[in-house]
Amino acid sequence: MDQQVAYLVLSRIGVAIVTLIVVSFVVFAATEMLPGDVAQILLGQAATPEAVAGLRQSMKLDDPAFVRFLRWMLGLLSGDLGRSYANNIAVADLVGGRLLNTLKLALVTTVVAVPIALLLGITTAMYRGSAYDRTVNMLVVGVISVPEFMIATLAVLVFAVWLRWLPAVSFATDLSSLWGIVRAFAMPVITQSCVISAQMIRMTRAAVIDTLKTPYVEMALLKGASWNHIVLHHALPNAVGPIINAVALSLSYLLGGVIIVETVFNYPGIAKLMVDAVSTRDLPLIQSCAMIFCLGYLTLITIADIVAIVSNPRLRK
Amino acid sequence: MSNRDVTNWTWTDQTALEDALRRGASRRDLMRMLVAGGVSLAAGNILLGGAGEALAQTPTKGGHMKAAGWSSSTADTLDPAKASLSTDYVRCCAYYNRLTFMEEDGSIKMELAESIESRDATVWTVKLKSGVTFHNGKTFTSADVVFSLMRHLDPAVGSKVNSIAKQIVGVKAVDALTAEIRLAAANADLPTILAMHHFMIIAEGTTDFSNANGTGAFRSKVFEPGVRSIGERNENYFKPQKANLDSFEYFAIPDDSARVNALLSGDIQIASSIKPQSIRLAESRPGIVLSKTTSGNYTNLNARLDMTPGDKSDFVEGLKFLLNRQAIQRSALRGLAEIANDQPIPPTNPYFNADLKPRAFDPDKAKALFQKAGVLNQTIPIVASEAASSSIDMAMIVQQAGAGIGMKFDIQRVPSDGYWSKYWLKAPVHFGNINPRPTPDILFSLLYASDAPWNESQFKSAKFDRMLLEARGQLDFAKRKAIYNEMQVMVANEAGTAIPVFISNVDAISDKVKGLRANPLGGQMGYAFAEYVWLQR
Repeated sequence: MDQQVAYLVLSRIGVAIVTLIVVSFVVFAATEMLPGDVAQILLGQAATPEAVAGLRQSMKLDDPAFVRFLRWMLGLLSGDLGRSYANNIAVADLVGGRLLNTLKLALVTTVVAVPIALLLGITTAMYRGSAYDRTVNMLVVGVISVPEFMIATLAVLVFAVWLRWLPAVSFATDLSSLWGIVRAFAMPVITQSCVISAQMIRMTRAAVIDTLKTPYVEMALLKGASWNHIVLHHALPNAVGPIINAVALSLSYLLGGVIIVETVFNYPGIAKLMVDAVSTRDLPLIQSCAMIFCLGYLTLITIADIVAIVSNPRLRK
Repeated sequence: MSNRDVTNWTWTDQTALEDALRRGASRRDLMRMLVAGGVSLAAGNILLGGAGEALAQTPTKGGHMKAAGWSSSTADTLDPAKASLSTDYVRCCAYYNRLTFMEEDGSIKMELAESIESRDATVWTVKLKSGVTFHNGKTFTSADVVFSLMRHLDPAVGSKVNSIAKQIVGVKAVDALTAEIRLAAANADLPTILAMHHFMIIAEGTTDFSNANGTGAFRSKVFEPGVRSIGERNENYFKPQKANLDSFEYFAIPDDSARVNALLSGDIQIASSIKPQSIRLAESRPGIVLSKTTSGNYTNLNARLDMTPGDKSDFVEGLKFLLNRQAIQRSALRGLAEIANDQPIPPTNPYFNADLKPRAFDPDKAKALFQKAGVLNQTIPIVASEAASSSIDMAMIVQQAGAGIGMKFDIQRVPSDGYWSKYWLKAPVHFGNINPRPTPDILFSLLYASDAPWNESQFKSAKFDRMLLEARGQLDFAKRKAIYNEMQVMVANEAGTAIPVFISNVDAISDKVKGLRANPLGGQMGYAFAEYVWLQR
């Protein structure tokens, strides 16, 4: 039995690795298709053809595409992410700080959004059809329909421009005090929570309702178990798989999909770094960011799958 | 404030008044205006007094200022040769110095140089200031000048001004404080060229630009490419009037409304280059002032003369008559532009030809010309993009005017990314966007000479090329101006580029920021504001 689980888990991880390799090919091919290269972009429009050729040569951009790709891949395997074309700083240094910033923001958002979302999802399922359920659902649909740049801009207008409680730009530099953390993270976290929790709430609610419809819940009810006991001890453990899946999908957004939040609040995270890298055709940096996003996504999905496999014996077959 | 006698007098009015004074309105003019507006003579005097006081203030030392530009990326650099964005220019101006400096009236002052002289405009002798030190303590000598200028010629450096620097054939150190610059051919503009941001002086042998070692008014304390930079006042600065600010922080907020919001919430004191659409929002708030510079930036419509339909000269001329300059100025740019006359030299430049009038909007004439060219019933594609600022609005204005005379234009809106390498200079009819350049010679050599790298319309004229060379070596201002005047007429009539307006740059600033002046090199005082402004307490 355990061997079977181990086999399933290992094959999931194997699939993840193959996906990573495929993604690196796709990203490389996509950047090759973009017009212009880093030499041209660094020199700008005033560049003479000779100057571009000279710079290209000194940056070893003249090598065939697959040689450059291979060089990067080999570097990656030996733990070297390479140096940024644009400013010759080690990619690891550029990515490190920015990734940490994004992870900090993601962590705070997770801590705020996930418990609230689960609580609302489970309670609305418990009191399905009640005024409470309908109110929460209406709000959730309302929030999900508003694009995040709108939420972010409104938040800035209200809290920064009118009330002047919070800064309009967030550098996440003053984290020495609790108040500093609150000030730096409040608006980005509110905006991101709005975006990701709506989905979690609706999926959790649906999953719990599904299990509440099953015959064993009816049986538990007939045996006289209390409603809270039924939901927490009978229904919820069986709904964990789909709930974790919904949570994982939502959280994966916190890594690569936060570009709008990072832009509006000028937060120095990794999504903005990747957009920068694309506009300068900085291949080592684009590749590294793409791999990190892919890795984050795959990790979350794989964890969700493994949890589902472990929590549901039927999936092990 | 001492203006209790006046009702409805707001901060906005006060700043408008100060602004008018700053731009040179006379006291008498303003007084007449105020009285006409229902303000009593006595109250008017008090108001004007207050505004004058605010202007006459002497700089105060201290404070930390935060300013935001509009773009920055991981390609941000401390290497002046590679500087390409406003954020880079701001850093360069703060940490380094140039040999010469361009003043707000376009005149050239000496900065690190004591004097720059030449008899034939080919060999130039540069005497340097003594007692200047770099941030790391090294003394500034002619060897630094030689190194800083010569590196622009090395393709591996990737200098942005490689094409301009090419005319320098040699720089040598005569003695510790004298350098000699030898040009391939006479060029009287050299002192102006040396005032460009890329020609900042760095210490001899510098190859590592992870930190800035310059002679400038600030030392680089924090530099995170694509995130932010912080500079601290250099107490050993060679100019007796050192920087006023203790420190300044510069970063980019690319989103236009986010930048204005940050200013409105008091997080930053300068929001540079805001779009015409956001101006009303900023203007209406107390404590916000607008600083406007029209320095020669323009978006132009190009028809390539070597492709259809631009190869028919009547089509090009018709296009110039169909360009409704007033409409572009008023609606596309909300009044923040000056009407231009199809040639690239702005009215602020001493060589501007004031006799060359802009073409009037004349659809009938345009129709007749299009008919003559045989294009009236065809559909002509125009390529526009966000990359060339306001070009989409301009294209729509042209399209509208065309519809009125039965001329169909198909606007092809293409993405910003890749615009400059894929469409610009290539499509038969497309928009371009050109940043201000300090001299007519640079503009003409870059854009209109037969071998110009950015010859947007493929305009070729042997006569024009000869005149360009002749003017370049001419040290006599009047003779030079006469040649440039004629060249402007040639460009306006013969080239396939239509320049409808010069676009103003508008920086929104907190009224606590004082000492900011306009500069022809660009917004934010030609990006050199950090050294000159102060924060009012």
